[in-house]
Amino acid sequence: MSKMKKTLAVLLASSALLAAAPAVQAQANDQFVSLLSYRVGPYGNNGISLFGGWIDYMNLVNAKGGVNGVKLSWEECETEYNNARGVECYERLKGKSPTKGTMIHPVSTGISYSLLDKTLADKVPLVMIGYGRTDAIDGRYFPYAFPLVTTYQMQASAMLKFIAQRDGKKETADLKGKKIAFVYHDSAFGKEPIEVLRAEAGLNKFELVEIPVAHPGIEQTAQWQQVRQHKPDYVIFWGWGAMNSAGLQAAQKVGFPREKMIGVWWSGAEEDTVPAGPGAKGYIAANFGVTGKDVPVIKEIMKTVYGSGKGNMKDQSKVGSVLHARGVLHGIITVEAIRTAQAKFGKRVMTGEEIQWGLEHLKIDQKRLAELGAAGMMPDTTVTCSDHEGSGRVMFQQWDGTKWNKISEYIEGNRKLVRQLLDASAKKYAEEKKITPRDCAAVDAGAPAKAAAKKK
Amino acid sequence: MFYRETGQFKTSYGADQQIFPIRQDRIAIGLLLVFAFFVVPAVATQYWFSAILIPFLIFSLAALGLNILTGYAGQLSLGSAAFMAVGAFGAYNFILRVPEIPAILAFLMGGVCAAGVGILFGLPSLRIKGFYLAVATLAAQFFVVWALTKFGWFSNYSSSGVISSQDFSVFGFAIDSPVRKYLLTLSIVAIMGLLAKNMARSNTGRSWMAVRDMDVAAEVIGIPLMKTKLLAFAVSSFYCGVAGALVAYCYLGTVEPDYFTLDLSFRILFMVIIGGVGTILGSFFGAAFIVLLPIFLNIVLHPLFAILGIEISSAVVSNMELMVFGGLIIFFLAVEPHGLARLWQIGKEKLRIWPFPH
Repeated sequence: MSKMKKTLAVLLASSALLAAAPAVQAQANDQFVSLLSYRVGPYGNNGISLFGGWIDYMNLVNAKGGVNGVKLSWEECETEYNNARGVECYERLKGKSPTKGTMIHPVSTGISYSLLDKTLADKVPLVMIGYGRTDAIDGRYFPYAFPLVTTYQMQASAMLKFIAQRDGKKETADLKGKKIAFVYHDSAFGKEPIEVLRAEAGLNKFELVEIPVAHPGIEQTAQWQQVRQHKPDYVIFWGWGAMNSAGLQAAQKVGFPREKMIGVWWSGAEEDTVPAGPGAKGYIAANFGVTGKDVPVIKEIMKTVYGSGKGNMKDQSKVGSVLHARGVLHGIITVEAIRTAQAKFGKRVMTGEEIQWGLEHLKIDQKRLAELGAAGMMPDTTVTCSDHEGSGRVMFQQWDGTKWNKISEYIEGNRKLVRQLLDASAKKYAEEKKITPRDCAAVDAGAPAKAAAKKK
Repeated sequence: MFYRETGQFKTSYGADQQIFPIRQDRIAIGLLLVFAFFVVPAVATQYWFSAILIPFLIFSLAALGLNILTGYAGQLSLGSAAFMAVGAFGAYNFILRVPEIPAILAFLMGGVCAAGVGILFGLPSLRIKGFYLAVATLAAQFFVVWALTKFGWFSNYSSSGVISSQDFSVFGFAIDSPVRKYLLTLSIVAIMGLLAKNMARSNTGRSWMAVRDMDVAAEVIGIPLMKTKLLAFAVSSFYCGVAGALVAYCYLGTVEPDYFTLDLSFRILFMVIIGGVGTILGSFFGAAFIVLLPIFLNIVLHPLFAILGIEISSAVVSNMELMVFGGLIIFFLAVEPHGLARLWQIGKEKLRIWPFPH
């Protein structure tokens, strides 16, 4: 009997807690932001830095009085980088405030796919900074999805141009006769740029060798043996998480020069190069912009946020690292979109639909970035209804054994070619889903934000 | 007290052999179904539908599928997620290429495709058993995901290999809201659950169990091994395939082949083991445990620390969730190695003689 009573007591207590859980509500006059974070699981290390940077920036904004007086509030929900958990977190946090989470950054290509339909139905913008569904660049078919700043395709195209420039040439066409290997994570993430690389190879007459690496990519000896066999002039490396340091070490083992290895921006953080040790020296990767502790906004975060003991990063040496700075960028873009929306709709808490308008009219240039103390952290970005990307440029950085150094200006890929491919893909999606495109000319001319795509 | 069979006489073979021989059970299951079909849609929020109930039902169906193969027929399989993938991509392609096809038929055809693949990868089971067979089904897991990524036709040449479910309707109702998706999923799971229960009680189920318990003896008494084993693979994969189609159409909407990883296969296997190997009910318990418990822990732990006044970082809480979850798995398996369904059964037997235990 006593055992049964105990069990009952535990059950009762836990259900009481469950009932109490929704009581932890967001303040109604705060702009509530849903954070679908991951701090454990295969990519937990990356998540800690990225979400740390994002929260640090929001703390900084709040310390300075919020966005035009509106304070930010947020809640984290652990997704473990798992799609099902991501959906659960999105739905749970959505109910916590009238903002429905302001805008959703899933920071996972898989979760962004799972949320694409749901965010459209709920009218909450889905923002994918440098990842996710890239054909959503076409705002006519994807009113609520924003693959902001630069897509994978534009990045891949820019990489080719960078390679040509590195060889002292000017244009991608000068790669004629070269051989370039594409070592990629064999998933939606890694496959996104293949089409554009193939198109570029056909257009510019260089040879492309595709070498897939199965998830999680901890063992890459076979793939790098293949690289050695083919003797490519350059390797484009498209990895994430544990695959990156393993790839760097494997490259060292087969003696492929790291200076000829160009990584995607999810392969170019301290979390990737430090574990690879000396094997990473000379490795080049794409990035949004400058990072490090000397950037004014990072200095300010150190002073204001960490100075008052509110910093989110336990390991303060990682403040200003590539992923932490990227988290700060997530914060900057979120806040700037809210600010843009406020300029039109008034200085109060914004709804998802108003934020969508804000994102669609977002303009962040170097002047604005300098005001924020973030000059050079990202390329000039101007979003419109027909262009949900906004920039399409990347810069490149090189690892010198201890830190990343900027080694190029912003480079833009072959926009015409990429746009052609993405438009075709978006159109196919629209045909499958039977979506009538909205009229972007009207939206750009200042029509009301409500003009979302209607089903036939 | 209330749970007693006194006075319930069975006067026909039919009454003796029905699924729920005790009147209270019949009433309870009837009430449960009424609750699930009528009360839940009226009171539940969108969060409950999209994040809790639909995934719970879908994974119950997948666990049911694996339970038929592993629990009833005794063939260990690590390919459940692959069969789900076949079902999802199968249904997608049927709706894409044959636009007139009713959605339900497309889901079932997705299941049939999965059954075909299941039979193919079940062939080694005629020669190998146990762990060796598990390794052979592992091949299905890797092959299917590889094929779906490699051949663009399956995803209609989407550059990233991702499929987006089309809008669909069933009997004239557009399935476009979480409530309707929930009701559709619930109907399919209820019907297929009933079918599975009856299959397990029939000739088919008995021959599966005979093969599971000792295949040589089963062969001696005249059960054709090849037919029985392959039928188990086909039925099991069919269930998993339909579950996969439901993942694509009623749960996520957009799926990539990488969703159906080995990790998912393991999770379904754990559902079967924790829920109860060789029980229909256990599949539902197991799915609830694996799908819902981590969410429950996540919801409970944060306020718990807040109430106790302990300042703790979210990374620590996330790690703690995993530890508590692991601990609970070990606890339940140590208390009852035959799974939650066995615990339920023991509870029921105790209740029948309560308050006067022997």
